[in-house]
Amino acid sequence: MKAFSYERATSPAQAASIVASKPGARFLAGGTNLLDLMKLEIETPSHLVDVQDLKLDRIEKTDQGGLRIGALVSNTALASDETVRRDYGVLTRAIVAGASGQLRNKATTAGNLLQRTRCPYFYDTNQPCNKRKPGSGCAAIDGFSRQLAVVGTSDKCIATYPGDMAVALRVLDATVETVLPDGKVRTIPLADFHRLPGTTPERDNALEQGELITAVTLPAPIGGTHIYYKVRDRASYAFALVSVAAVLRPDGTGRVAFGGVAAKPWRVEAAEAALPQGAKAVADRAFADAKPTPDNAFKIMLAERTLAAVIDQAKG
Amino acid sequence: MMNVAFSVNGKPAELALDTRTTLLDALREHLKLTGTKKGCDHGQCGACTVIVNGQRINSCLSLAVQHQGDSITTIEGIGTPEKLHPMQAAFIKHDGYQCGYCTPGQVCSAVAVLEEIRRGVPSHAQADITARAAFSAAEVRERMSGNICRCGAYSNIVDAMTEVQEASA
Repeated sequence: MKAFSYERATSPAQAASIVASKPGARFLAGGTNLLDLMKLEIETPSHLVDVQDLKLDRIEKTDQGGLRIGALVSNTALASDETVRRDYGVLTRAIVAGASGQLRNKATTAGNLLQRTRCPYFYDTNQPCNKRKPGSGCAAIDGFSRQLAVVGTSDKCIATYPGDMAVALRVLDATVETVLPDGKVRTIPLADFHRLPGTTPERDNALEQGELITAVTLPAPIGGTHIYYKVRDRASYAFALVSVAAVLRPDGTGRVAFGGVAAKPWRVEAAEAALPQGAKAVADRAFADAKPTPDNAFKIMLAERTLAAVIDQAKG
Repeated sequence: MMNVAFSVNGKPAELALDTRTTLLDALREHLKLTGTKKGCDHGQCGACTVIVNGQRINSCLSLAVQHQGDSITTIEGIGTPEKLHPMQAAFIKHDGYQCGYCTPGQVCSAVAVLEEIRRGVPSHAQADITARAAFSAAEVRERMSGNICRCGAYSNIVDAMTEVQEASA
């Protein structure tokens, strides 16, 4: 691990201003992803600003009847919240489908959104990777790509966003609240938070240097049957090959987002409008522009079949 | 170097550490509490599991300086050879290990899992996520998935945890 200095921030705006003003500075929350990457020297911050004292660990009702989830609410606390379990069940389902009990106790809501890809070539510093080292090339496209993205990819990168929680947040139309280094705040719809790789795969999301997530907000509950179905290589503690987050109504309409297929939770509103016509109609539209590799082409059929299972499950 | 003070197994500890020192290395290399084991050092195996402020975490994925003022319990604080914790006694009785390397992490996790079920923390094994999970082998297997045992003592660990649960129910 490269040497770094460490301090604890005392307010969100102060944290943002420190990280913006010091080259190489990074926020530290739970650390479960960042420290792992620092040990491998994939991340090499020179200064860490620990945000654990910022009191962003509360879940509160909003005036609009929704929920405001503090950035530092742990995965365990969020999944355990009675309101979340009752009104946003897909969110609890997605969180408990991810990681292990130990990791969920430490991982935070904001940190989970910022989790970096698990592409094996991103992790192997002996390999070219445009996300890790811009311009070095992509070893994944012609490499071992079974786990990687099939849609929204570019000729620079086929990495996936690996998390589960964000896929549920996407079907719930969540919004990310941030504070900028100048103290101003802004809101980013989750739909626009994670970026597709294009020509700049090194940028995972829409945040600016020093911009700090303070909360994630959910609109008022939308009812329906909440399902998160995750398909993976072992029954627990593995990343998704494909996952489906869905909120389905009795008339067959609803919302659906796919995980494990793209650099962001993959929700195509025009595709989910076809839900009453069944899984194939949705998958055909959602993956119309897919460019899979020979290794991961199976994911498109798997996504369709997983959605079919979800629709069946919703019918009870 | 930075100073950090926390409590380990009820005793205060003050250390001056390189900021890079993980909680795991602070416990093992600086406080010489070598019961907590380093397996993968990347949060994948769970051998380093300790209980911090009542929550089990991977001590390898946490910097010691993040834990100023925290209350940490390691396997040495769970029980001793003279005074075994009921979970340790049950692991011995049911052969919940072979080589023993993952055992301190397994025991810390097992103690915390029973508490998490009591507190109503949900899990992937539940059919109804709005209900409180009841103790079952399926719940234990899911909740213990962050602790890998290369010797494959899993079914005996489930038996040990079941015995402790039944004794306390």
